[in-house]
Amino acid sequence: MKLLVCISKAPDTTSKIAFTDSDTKFDENGVQYIVNPYDEWYALVRALELTEANGGTVTTITVGTAADDPTIRKALAIGATDAVRVDAEAKDPYFVAKQIAEYAKANSFDIVLTGKETINYNGAQIGSMVAEMLDQPFVSLAQKLEVSGNTATLERDVPGGAEVLEVNTPFVLSAAKGMAEQRIPNMRGIMAARTKALNVIPAIETAELTSIVSYSMPPAKSECKYIDADNMTELVELLHNEAKVI
Amino acid sequence: MSVLVFIETKGKISKAAKEAVTYGSKIGTTTVITFGDADAAALASLGDNGATKILVCRSLSEGNDQQLTKLIAAAANDCSSDVIIVSQDQLGKAVAPRVAANLEAGHVSGAIALPDTSSGFVVKTNVFSGKAFANVSVNSSKKVISLLPNSIPPESTGGSAEVAEFNPELGAAGITVKEMKTQGEGVLLPEAELVVSAGRGLKGPENWGMVEDLATTLGAATACSRPVADIGWRPHHEHVGQTGIAIRPNLYIAAGISGAIQHLAGVNGSKTIVVINTDSEAPFFKAADYGVVGDAFEVLPKLNEAMKAFKASQN
Repeated sequence: MKLLVCISKAPDTTSKIAFTDSDTKFDENGVQYIVNPYDEWYALVRALELTEANGGTVTTITVGTAADDPTIRKALAIGATDAVRVDAEAKDPYFVAKQIAEYAKANSFDIVLTGKETINYNGAQIGSMVAEMLDQPFVSLAQKLEVSGNTATLERDVPGGAEVLEVNTPFVLSAAKGMAEQRIPNMRGIMAARTKALNVIPAIETAELTSIVSYSMPPAKSECKYIDADNMTELVELLHNEAKVI
Repeated sequence: MSVLVFIETKGKISKAAKEAVTYGSKIGTTTVITFGDADAAALASLGDNGATKILVCRSLSEGNDQQLTKLIAAAANDCSSDVIIVSQDQLGKAVAPRVAANLEAGHVSGAIALPDTSSGFVVKTNVFSGKAFANVSVNSSKKVISLLPNSIPPESTGGSAEVAEFNPELGAAGITVKEMKTQGEGVLLPEAELVVSAGRGLKGPENWGMVEDLATTLGAATACSRPVADIGWRPHHEHVGQTGIAIRPNLYIAAGISGAIQHLAGVNGSKTIVVINTDSEAPFFKAADYGVVGDAFEVLPKLNEAMKAFKASQN
């Protein structure tokens, strides 16, 4: 089984969100970058479990600069076979998807796995775009994945329930909670990661279809208004007359 | 501008569909593309939200990403659409980026407002799990916008729309649904305007009756925090938060949930938040509009009674 896992870096979930340069850039000052949790905990770990059980390789791919190498090494330490970095700033989702799709096309993988979204941009775009560029099915938000020969069985929650899906390889999926459990890299893995291949390849040219022109912060929440636990009639009145939500 | 709005019907016209059509009609002449067996009269009612034409593909009953992409792209080409609007629900998330890639269109994910066309085409979106907004400029001639639910109220224009069948060649579905496990009934969480949610403070699944009672009185959906779904007190599809689903209801009532940052990431788009907790230091109070320091076991039934009295006075 030949698997490709898309790895992105993301600011630690507890990072302070602030912007610089007249609110046009994310303020990286003091921000700790981690492997995007959906890419790491769910997509990468499930890919490793599948190849450990059935044989095969797990390659990671990242579109980014040398600043992304520490997060890529972390993915290698967790157990990926090798890594590819497309040497370019991740400009917009279409640009990133195009780079991944070109690499995947040239190297034919059985499954391309992404996390359900990155925790910074929450776009949930890459997997779907890559699937279209490869002309393959896309299973979004998968929470279970079993593979038997060329057939994969997947499960996911849908509004009001869950569904079981079947799809033949090759295909693309985005992984959500439930797919696997987080793995902490051990010392052996960390040592081995230093000598694993991290291949840097040039980006291909594509148009920049979208760009972020500025950021803003939500207006500050007004102070919480406390209501006495014995006076729920007052709460109902406030919800009706003041908040106007009922 | 020519606008195409994709909607999923499942037999009835959802609020999200009306929102998307209203949003589209404020940008330009709006055509709707849909599929399945919704009856023509129900589809034509979208004219009241501003659509002028409804295209329906009757040959497709189950939505899947590849065939829907072909359907939407064919409709976009047929109508020379400049802007394509898709509601950002589960199906929309799978389909919209594909459509954008197919049309080489710039894609905006998580739109919460109408585009600003004073200089280019800029759309405000939710980023950093609702902790910030980004203004995304779309530089391509064709544009795809994924609209977050509850971003714009559906409007009634009094207009009407003609309904026409549209059955382009769609190829095969790559994905087969083997089994559907539906759990429970009631209001679906992602599109609910009112949500009653509870966490570990309720001490056990047997105590959820008071959550459900209040939800029934309000006509609200029920939700829960991550630990509650993880230990199996409630089904996973009710889990809201960073790793569950993100919701943006008008009213979110949280009982016995401390309000960890990961939980807030799933609910901070709510218009009004009510927090009920015994611990006055619970971090959730900082994000709340209304707070009740008290035991959920006493507060929820009282709130339910007060709500019932209010509902009765409204009739």
